[in-house]
Amino acid sequence: MERVYLDNNATTIVDPLVREAMEPFACEMYGNPNSLHEFGTEVHPYMRLAFDRLYAGINAGERDDIFLNGCATEGNNTVIKGVWYDLIRTGKRSEIVTTQVEHPCVANACTFVESLGAKVVRLPVNADGIVDPDLLAKHIHPDRTALVSIMWANNETGLVFPIRELARLCRERGILFHTDAVQAIGKLAVDVADAPVDFLSFSAHKFHGPKGVGGLYVREGRSLPPLLHGGEQMSGHRAGTVNVAGLVGMGLAMELAVKNLGYETSEVRRLRDRLEDALLAIDGVSVIGRRELRTPNTILASVEGVEGEAFIWDLNRGGVAASTGSACASESLEPNPTFVAMRVSPELAHTGVRLSLSRFTTEEEIDRTIDVIRGSVKRLRRISPAAR
Amino acid sequence: MAKNDLIGGTLWETYSRKVNDRMTNPRHLGEITEERAAELGGRLVVADWGAEVCGDAIRAWWVVEAKTNRILDATFKTFGCGTAIASSDMMCELCIGRTVDEALKITNIDVEKSLRDAADTAAIPPQKMHCSVMAYDVIRKAASLYKGVAMDSLEEEEIVCQCARVSLRTIKDVIRINDLTTVEDITRYTKAGAFCKSCIRPGGHESRTHYLVDILRDTRAEMDRERAKAVASKPKSFTEMSLIQRHRAVEQALDEKVRPSLLKDGGNLEVVDMKEADGRTEVHISYQGACRGCASAATGTLALIEEALQKELDPGIRVVPV
Repeated sequence: MERVYLDNNATTIVDPLVREAMEPFACEMYGNPNSLHEFGTEVHPYMRLAFDRLYAGINAGERDDIFLNGCATEGNNTVIKGVWYDLIRTGKRSEIVTTQVEHPCVANACTFVESLGAKVVRLPVNADGIVDPDLLAKHIHPDRTALVSIMWANNETGLVFPIRELARLCRERGILFHTDAVQAIGKLAVDVADAPVDFLSFSAHKFHGPKGVGGLYVREGRSLPPLLHGGEQMSGHRAGTVNVAGLVGMGLAMELAVKNLGYETSEVRRLRDRLEDALLAIDGVSVIGRRELRTPNTILASVEGVEGEAFIWDLNRGGVAASTGSACASESLEPNPTFVAMRVSPELAHTGVRLSLSRFTTEEEIDRTIDVIRGSVKRLRRISPAAR
Repeated sequence: MAKNDLIGGTLWETYSRKVNDRMTNPRHLGEITEERAAELGGRLVVADWGAEVCGDAIRAWWVVEAKTNRILDATFKTFGCGTAIASSDMMCELCIGRTVDEALKITNIDVEKSLRDAADTAAIPPQKMHCSVMAYDVIRKAASLYKGVAMDSLEEEEIVCQCARVSLRTIKDVIRINDLTTVEDITRYTKAGAFCKSCIRPGGHESRTHYLVDILRDTRAEMDRERAKAVASKPKSFTEMSLIQRHRAVEQALDEKVRPSLLKDGGNLEVVDMKEADGRTEVHISYQGACRGCASAATGTLALIEEALQKELDPGIRVVPV
């Protein structure tokens, strides 16, 4: 059976061009770039090209840094723990302001520094699922706020936060601003010259690059202690032998992501909207968050009378990979914090299914998905006592 | 943490083939009409349990023969995950052919066991155990409707952990008898709290009437009060004491009168059990250190220990080395 992959907010297929570009660095060009001999130095031009592509991709300045690392989780941890170390531990400032809907890597890193004495303020989202800049303005003050950390786009809902405005508020007040841009790269324009963020993290595997490699943007003049101490890689800010193949792959993946942004916002959006319209045509289906406020690839839908885990089970049997925001399916059984923060009614919290497309999603796949979804909703509603 | 825990997303992989199969093709799905019940020659019972808001809801249909109280047919409809659907289906199967009273003895653990492929391999992962509880609850609901009694009257004991079906009394007993001080200990001894973890403390998957943290705190406080009282009213004779009080008295007497001299010679002893036989208290001990294998352990030393306890506590005490 041909499978349809609609879980691109979890991870994406590696673009064949990216895979091809990476291959030599697993084979003949395996040198350690820190070596002085030819094996080491011959990879430098490729690394330079990759960094050029990363810098261009987010419009970073020559004097800014993009530290290569393992993933956005690492970048986010580096920022939160680093700011705690430099500013909160030393008593210069006391608070981190974040939101109730962050990815666990930000949420749990904040809880960790909270246990070390930091005060953490977790802002709710408004009825649209967005962080309101006015609310942020009320909760920050240069005397106490060390860092504001707000995601660029939400992984569950696809809702895009007004990062430029939020970052400006912080810049005006002399407060550091960090954004987890893992769901933004390749789905919308990420421009650090336009949005005055101080730190920004991303992961290659969310935009058709390889897993296990990411980047942390640090604006000129901002400093952070390293999370990993060791050699002089990344000017000592992130030690560990450079993942050359990963860097090369991520560089090209970034270039392709930006190049395909137009396709993403037109064609991927069109396919997404088609799927969304087909879903909404089914009785008792609602979608979380207004369409124009979301990344072009994401749908978080609730289907009345259809429990989330049972739904993705059925879709999986029909060859469609989706994920659920329902509490029942996660291994922890904890209620979904995004739903709680958005005050989504508890019924919907158990019926959530997330479908996320990519530029590799085809028209035929969407047709298939619509068929499978219709069949599954019918079957599960027949099983459910709640359905009409 | 261990090697087996390092790969995530294994939830569905741990479902048994039977769970998979019944999720996909439930055997007892659907509703039973009044007409169908009349055809079968029984009374129709329709029971609802759970709510969509909580993530799980079930409706069960029973046809019960009035003369024998036997369940002639059972079907269900369920809003829930794969485990909930498969458990509902198996619950129906286990009910069919049983009397209502027999059905009341079916627990979620029986349902889970019936869904196993191999007797010693769980059908579902621990965190999904609570999804099978609903299938048990709806039996009680249906039985109460059939009998025309309140549902509470059918529950013999107050259950704290629904997943492992551990009662309040069992948990209190195990804390007292084993002198437990942590929730992890309670889970180790009883399995309460090992599955969905809702009963450990407020704020879990579901809210509960009783939480292990509270039971532990309250029972420990009760034990402390009793201990204080026991100390205050020392003159109470050994034979009047409860087994726990007797155990404490024996330990105290051993600490004061026996252990110091044993320790001096590099030995020690442990009380491993206490029993009542013919109105006498038997204290079973196990020697440790140098006492173990010492020639006098079965003769002179033993006599000294027994004498000390008889003198301190009660002439009826016998000491038995094990």
